[in-house]
Amino acid sequence: MQALLLDERQEQIHRTGEKPFTIDCDKDSLAGAVSQRACVFCGSRVVLYPIADALHLVHGPIGCAVYTWDIRGALSSGPELHRLSFSTDLQEMDVIFGGEEKLYKALIELIDRHSPEAAFVYSTCIVGIIGDDLAAVCKQVEDEKNIPVIPVQSEGFKGNKRAGYRAACDAMFTLVGTGDTAGTSPYSINILGDFNLAGEIWMIREYFERMGVEVVANITGDGRVGDIKRAHGAALNVVQCSGATMDLARMMEDEYGLPSIRVSYFGIEDMAEALYAVARHFDDPAIMERARDLVREELSRVYPELQKYKAALSGKKAAIYVGGSFKAFSLVKAFRLLDMQVVMVGSQTGTTEEYRELAEITDPGTIIVDDSNPLELSSFLEEKKVDIFVGGVKERPIAYKLGVGFCDHNHERKEALAGFTGMLNFAREVYSSVMSPVWRYTRPARGDES
Amino acid sequence: MSKMGPNYISTTNACKLCKPLGASLVFKGIEGAVPYLHGSQGCATYMRRYIISHFNEPIDIASSSLGEKHAVYGGGPNLKLGLTNVITKYQPTMIGIATTCLTETIGDDVPMILGEYNREVNDAEKLPTMVHVHTPSYAGTHMEGFHAATAAVLEQLAGQGGKADTVSLLPGFVSAADLRYLKEVLDDFGLSAMILPDYSETMDGPAQHKYEKIPAGGTPVSAIRKAGNCRMVIEFGRTLAEMKTGGSVLQEKFGVARSVVGLPIGIDETDRFLELLSAVSGRERPEKHAMERGRLVDAYVDGHKYVFGKKAVVYGEEDMVVGLTAFLAEIGIHPVLCASGGKSGRLAAAIAEVTRETLPEQPRVEEGVDFYDIAEAVESLEPDLLVGHSKGYSLARKLHIPLIRVGFPIHDRVGGQRILHLGYRGAQQLFDTIANALIARKQDLSDVGYSYM
Repeated sequence: MQALLLDERQEQIHRTGEKPFTIDCDKDSLAGAVSQRACVFCGSRVVLYPIADALHLVHGPIGCAVYTWDIRGALSSGPELHRLSFSTDLQEMDVIFGGEEKLYKALIELIDRHSPEAAFVYSTCIVGIIGDDLAAVCKQVEDEKNIPVIPVQSEGFKGNKRAGYRAACDAMFTLVGTGDTAGTSPYSINILGDFNLAGEIWMIREYFERMGVEVVANITGDGRVGDIKRAHGAALNVVQCSGATMDLARMMEDEYGLPSIRVSYFGIEDMAEALYAVARHFDDPAIMERARDLVREELSRVYPELQKYKAALSGKKAAIYVGGSFKAFSLVKAFRLLDMQVVMVGSQTGTTEEYRELAEITDPGTIIVDDSNPLELSSFLEEKKVDIFVGGVKERPIAYKLGVGFCDHNHERKEALAGFTGMLNFAREVYSSVMSPVWRYTRPARGDES
Repeated sequence: MSKMGPNYISTTNACKLCKPLGASLVFKGIEGAVPYLHGSQGCATYMRRYIISHFNEPIDIASSSLGEKHAVYGGGPNLKLGLTNVITKYQPTMIGIATTCLTETIGDDVPMILGEYNREVNDAEKLPTMVHVHTPSYAGTHMEGFHAATAAVLEQLAGQGGKADTVSLLPGFVSAADLRYLKEVLDDFGLSAMILPDYSETMDGPAQHKYEKIPAGGTPVSAIRKAGNCRMVIEFGRTLAEMKTGGSVLQEKFGVARSVVGLPIGIDETDRFLELLSAVSGRERPEKHAMERGRLVDAYVDGHKYVFGKKAVVYGEEDMVVGLTAFLAEIGIHPVLCASGGKSGRLAAAIAEVTRETLPEQPRVEEGVDFYDIAEAVESLEPDLLVGHSKGYSLARKLHIPLIRVGFPIHDRVGGQRILHLGYRGAQQLFDTIANALIARKQDLSDVGYSYM
């Protein structure tokens, strides 16, 4: 174990209860450590990606665009422009002489071809170095084409994924406030930080609508440029996710006095609390009443089946490694509901506060880790004899190679895991991996089964 | 096609990947090696994710994780720090360092930095072998990166000390199953061979009970070091032409005889490859392979009517496209468009070489295209099937025609690493897959639902 851990990484790992809580986080990834993180560009790209009627043009060499082509399972109820991968595909000559002209022509060409409602233009590492004036080109095209053309300052090396979230929020904020808010209900919200993976935001919207709360803008799942433009007309920002859209909520609060609350839609407890929190905010007994009815109705629907999974999964051990640690709270609770034990929890970009809270709610000995890597993660899985690992595509082979079950809770998932139905799906996902007979062939030699 | 037009400028849904990805795969195919990208953290992570989705295997690619100050003052210190950390954690026998567009543009001199590193560390003689390669993604595709890395490995490591394997085989970017097949064939001819790269085990390994930091398998560095003494270097790839490759390095530096043949896909190209092995080894084609060929011919006959005259669009890496086109033509399928994101300038000529006897007229061949171009061209071509990697799926879906998944990446099916393309055996699998896809389509579309073919 120690051999796998570089000295510089010691402070980014904490074991609940073993000593007073400290963790080092929100720092640059260590060179050579094989971080699971991506870059600034990735942060911006994942946040803005689900805006389905916008053109997303990646200004740079081909890699950045091609590795993010159709990368998220973010569904749209209408246009699907977001599922295409657009690039200026910079070549050597562009690097030498500058890529502004190519960018200008590419934008004109693509806007003429697709008639998007807006265009986001992502800067990549190389653009930051050769010094193309992205803002100037965007302004010029915006004037010519009469749609918002927004530069996203997402040069990969300018920080980590969190910096990319910030750049995405800056970009979206230029849209907010430019639309007509007439007729918006006083009981209205924006949903921030849900990306409509596997149709999740449709479920959440439906819950709010059943409560009598209007949803103005989805930011960004099944997102539309027009909705974001008039998002400032809503009465409340309901923010999910660790940090992806927090900056936007903050900016909207400063500029438009729009309050925000932070919620999670994962797990029964947090989902119900999200609805109650919105109802409490509006301080309307009828809304609260409807929220209670809704929760009761949904619970009575999913609870019996959940018991079945709980009986089978009770006592099994889970490890969690996700992008942002806010989601991890909900997952810890969700596993508890299934009577499972969380023995490791980590994230790429959590904050000290989030990790502190995780240390408070997890059992003694639980490993809490920031910005981990395959060697550490695999050693944790082995040490804790984990039954199921929750993570994303990059974590999957680590689990499978060691004969450990896996549940995809990242942006490529195809199963809706949010909401009450999502809890049921989550339990089913965990069940269908943990209970598979294939582990018969991997486990005996692992030494923890007869 | 719009890319051919005078004003076409943007790329939509590229039919190529970036250069360091190819280099990373080569380094993964060397025993005890860790690939290392000198650039910002995202490059390594994105490529890992992309490769994992195909191979379903862990792939650790280190990064120098450059930040803003390194972009301004140079990435040397972080490159060195990263090397030390990789050595501490992985204890590799080799580190393969590929540059990225960031470090190429800021002008980091990697060989110089490596030289400094060597002088700065204690016990420099205990350091792992280092190989470096220039892979700016604004110049060429993942295939140029693949060939550049293979060439760099041989240029920097190959020598003439010791008895080399008889043959050096540089297959290019083929599947793990293909590599296992090639080993078997070489063995059947009694040839000892160094295959570079060889990720047949490192990227398609068995389930483990303990995490292997660096998966077992791969071309031994010791074998690479002796490659200057081999009798012949065989390289797959009819579009390589003047490109600097591992084969050209061995030829020019050590005077090794070099044979460049096409990827052995289909009967004709496999015949040529096996004839070459026969000549090198002085042995007749083993009976086992004669039998495989015989069964394949028999299968061609049994199924010829189901595939004859069908129109196919073939896309992917150039040499893969050449091989697949040769195969399709020899079974009576008409390739109506052969397309690649690569730009060797050799694709049309290479296709002409392999289809001269099987196609009365040459197919339309396009280099440097993306899936927007391919979709546009397809409108007038009305193909019956697509043959290529997973990224053609949306087009196949739109056209309601089968996609025959081959090559890389296979992101929407399991087993991409186990698709066998090469040899009579690979052709057998391809033939059965294609014939059955066409039969299934006819069956599905039929009002009757015949239960015999």
